[in-house]
Amino acid sequence: MLVKYFLGLWMVLVIFAAFLYAPAAMGLGDYSRIIYFHVPMAWVGGVAYLVSMVYAIKYLQSENLHYDRLAVFNAEIGTLFTILATITGAIFARVTWGDYWNWDPRQTSIFILLLIYGAFFVLRSSLDSDGDRRARFSAVYLLFAFIAVPFLVFILPRVYASLHPEPIINVEGQLQMNTQMLIVLLASLAGFSGLYAWINQLYRRIVRLEDKGGEFDL
Amino acid sequence: MEIKSSGWVKRVAALVVKDIKSELRTRYALNSLFMFALVTLVVVSFTLGPMGAEPRVHAVLLWIALFFSSMAGISRGIVQEVEKGTADALRLTVPAELVYVGKLIFNTCLLLIVNLLILLFYYFFMSPTGNGVGGVILVVMLGTISLSGASTLLSAMVARASLKGALLPVLAFPILLPALLSAVEVTQLAFKGRLLLDWGGDLQMLVFYPLILITASYLLFPLVWED
Repeated sequence: MLVKYFLGLWMVLVIFAAFLYAPAAMGLGDYSRIIYFHVPMAWVGGVAYLVSMVYAIKYLQSENLHYDRLAVFNAEIGTLFTILATITGAIFARVTWGDYWNWDPRQTSIFILLLIYGAFFVLRSSLDSDGDRRARFSAVYLLFAFIAVPFLVFILPRVYASLHPEPIINVEGQLQMNTQMLIVLLASLAGFSGLYAWINQLYRRIVRLEDKGGEFDL
Repeated sequence: MEIKSSGWVKRVAALVVKDIKSELRTRYALNSLFMFALVTLVVVSFTLGPMGAEPRVHAVLLWIALFFSSMAGISRGIVQEVEKGTADALRLTVPAELVYVGKLIFNTCLLLIVNLLILLFYYFFMSPTGNGVGGVILVVMLGTISLSGASTLLSAMVARASLKGALLPVLAFPILLPALLSAVEVTQLAFKGRLLLDWGGDLQMLVFYPLILITASYLLFPLVWED
């Protein structure tokens, strides 16, 4: 109960800090402030995929449909955050590089994440919900599609020249960001992760109440 | 079920031979695969006209034709099996892992034959310049292994779904994208004849990515095959 107020306050502080405390970056100027939102959203989109996968594995081990529901819900959250990350990224691209979309390797990889989520939902909608086939196939697809993710997220941007600002933890493994910016970025990451965890917790409460016999419109 | 090490090779071979025989009887997959590719090539060649194209454009067009024809052809095989009911007989008599290996080998052979034919027709219709034919053939073969590596597992899932054929490219594309990107890059180099000089990460990707796909498919196939 208390956690959500703390979370709300934290996010408000993060938003203020993003605009007032963090300095404008060299070169990019005030446009760089979008990273305090864009990066955490992309991060949550990826983490949500991992969480879905964990639930998928749990489902395959236990055949308990409860895990299937959680996997699907996390995929939905992941899709939402990935869409937001793509949009914020496209806005950034428009003001700094001129086009909304250039198939920069990082843009490609987030687009593929969206395609994986999209394919996942298409697969689910094309299968009947009786029996465990739908849950099983969804789980298998999540696991199989994950193979593409490390290649696209980590390898591709480092192999091809990218328009993206250099990955924060670069090849030598050292941080290159101004300390103030780093603080705000990490705070925002923590805030968004907290938001994600809170949404998950809300959903689990809803599921528990539904199982007891209530009805909710999501 | 146990798989005796001596027996499995014969059983997989029997499965592959069965698939080949049934395919030769109707030639349905071969024909539809090939007609699809032919139509694609004709459209491209006709609209591009007498203007040549750069190696990069050729690489892209070739892989578009290869990717979509392969998707069209592969889903036929296993969908037909499920529809005709022979899949159930298979499930009763052969362990899932062997079914997977058999299907993988069959799909790979089928796609290799058709894709090399498509390549031949590509040269006929589009006349890409450059002397790197050997390199292009190698890249097409490697890419084909990735295509069948991903599609075999996915087609088993698609066979039970309601959208069937239309679903396979949707599911396969995100998974195949790293391989496709590498394939286009390397094909472009091959068309220029520079494959052996400039190959690097992309060619390695084309060799190792299908291995990962095949391993994962082998592990996941029983979950999708058995009811």
